Amino acid sequence: MFNPNAKQINLFKLVLFIAALGPLARLVLFGFADKLGANPIEFITRNTGDWTLYFLCLTLSVTPLRRISGWNWLIKLRRMLGLFAFFYATLHFTTFLWFDHFFDIDEMLKDVVKRPFITVGFTAFVLLIPLAVTSTNAMVRRLGGKRWQLLHRLVYVIASLGILHFWWMKAGKNDFAEPILFGTIVAVLLLSRVYWSVLKPKMQKRQTSPAPT
Amino acid sequence: QKLAARPNPGFVVMDKPTAFKDATTYNNFYEFGTDKTDPAQNAGSLKPRPWTVAIEGEVKKPMTVDLDGLLKLAPLEERIYRLRCVEGWSMVIPWIGYSLSELIKKVEPTGNAKYVEFITLADKKQMPGLRSPVLEWPYVEGLRLDEANHPLTLLTLGMYGEVLPNQNGAPVRIVVPWKYGFKSAKSLVKIRFTKDQPRTAWNISAPQEYGFFSNVNPEVDHPRWSQATERRIGEDGFFSRKRKTLMFNGYSDVASLYTGMDLKKFF
Repeated sequence: MFNPNAKQINLFKLVLFIAALGPLARLVLFGFADKLGANPIEFITRNTGDWTLYFLCLTLSVTPLRRISGWNWLIKLRRMLGLFAFFYATLHFTTFLWFDHFFDIDEMLKDVVKRPFITVGFTAFVLLIPLAVTSTNAMVRRLGGKRWQLLHRLVYVIASLGILHFWWMKAGKNDFAEPILFGTIVAVLLLSRVYWSVLKPKMQKRQTSPAPT
Repeated sequence: QKLAARPNPGFVVMDKPTAFKDATTYNNFYEFGTDKTDPAQNAGSLKPRPWTVAIEGEVKKPMTVDLDGLLKLAPLEERIYRLRCVEGWSMVIPWIGYSLSELIKKVEPTGNAKYVEFITLADKKQMPGLRSPVLEWPYVEGLRLDEANHPLTLLTLGMYGEVLPNQNGAPVRIVVPWKYGFKSAKSLVKIRFTKDQPRTAWNISAPQEYGFFSNVNPEVDHPRWSQATERRIGEDGFFSRKRKTLMFNGYSDVASLYTGMDLKKFF
């Protein structure tokens, strides 16, 4: 089985880091080349929102991939994926706060309270903050593995809220193809966890227990 | 293709016209896809000639008129109108056309005619977006007869000194500047005068979000966003705040059409 050494892992991390900055680099380049279209702010908002969702999906796919492939080293890339989800979410939120509201926090909060579509997106963003803050090794030690894991299960809630936010946004276009696609991906990623943690142990138990005589 | 028209100073706003490039690459025309850039990319398959429009229903003189007939029906005027999209952005467009009332006069509506229904082309061969069921096709819009007869309501055949680009609703569309953009149906094939209020595409799809009237109104929010402000394409954004949306998109003359109506209820 493929099992990279520490040096190779570091190389993967470097490549991943550079690749994950690609979408931001593209936005900056497009900005300078005047290629963001007639409504650049909408373009940036959509694009950073999309990439938040992609990185959330990538982060959530690490565990299932490990289970299927046996590549346990993949776990070493997960923190970076998660932090990039937070990074693009922060850009997404900042675009909204800056260009939609010009840092008028009062107006922004009014929008958050009044509009479920924004409430949900904002909640997902706020919930990401403690996960980003506690992503360091030191924080894992301080919290203790169990408690850290419990806290980081929030990502299931965050991903679901993210999908709902995307769904409501697309509802305006009456076009659900993409929300359905990403909803399905997230559902499969979450359900695979249910399978491994609940159903599989049960089935194994059934198989290994001796037949009644 | 150039289209000559006489500027009508009575119908010109002082705002700076939107760049032609923006007005022709940032469109909602779901028959060609739901992304703003889709119409510019996909509308090449639309054939704006030959073209006919059938005018029927509650009229004394129904007729089918071709494009040349429409171009000659009344003198072409250039009018610069604000366009406010229900999504919260706006443009300023120099349209070419004439008041729809010119055409209405010719067909002589009967006493039964209370509404005008605009029916858009729905041809799978020319319009790839029809494959997706985002709306009920054909796209249908409608106005009350007095709204349709208001001089601002423009039967539109061109913009920026040219015939309408395909993505902007070639070869003939309606422009109703005090209503959200989706009321201004594109690529018309039929205009029908009716007794009853027409069922309109967005109202069928999401009645709680899009009313029949859909007048621009900063005080009536869309359920998912505020309508109090708008972003003028090409002007508002990185360095300036969004601008305040004006009642009836600034066309306050039309207020008399709605005397006594609760515009929160009839949104």
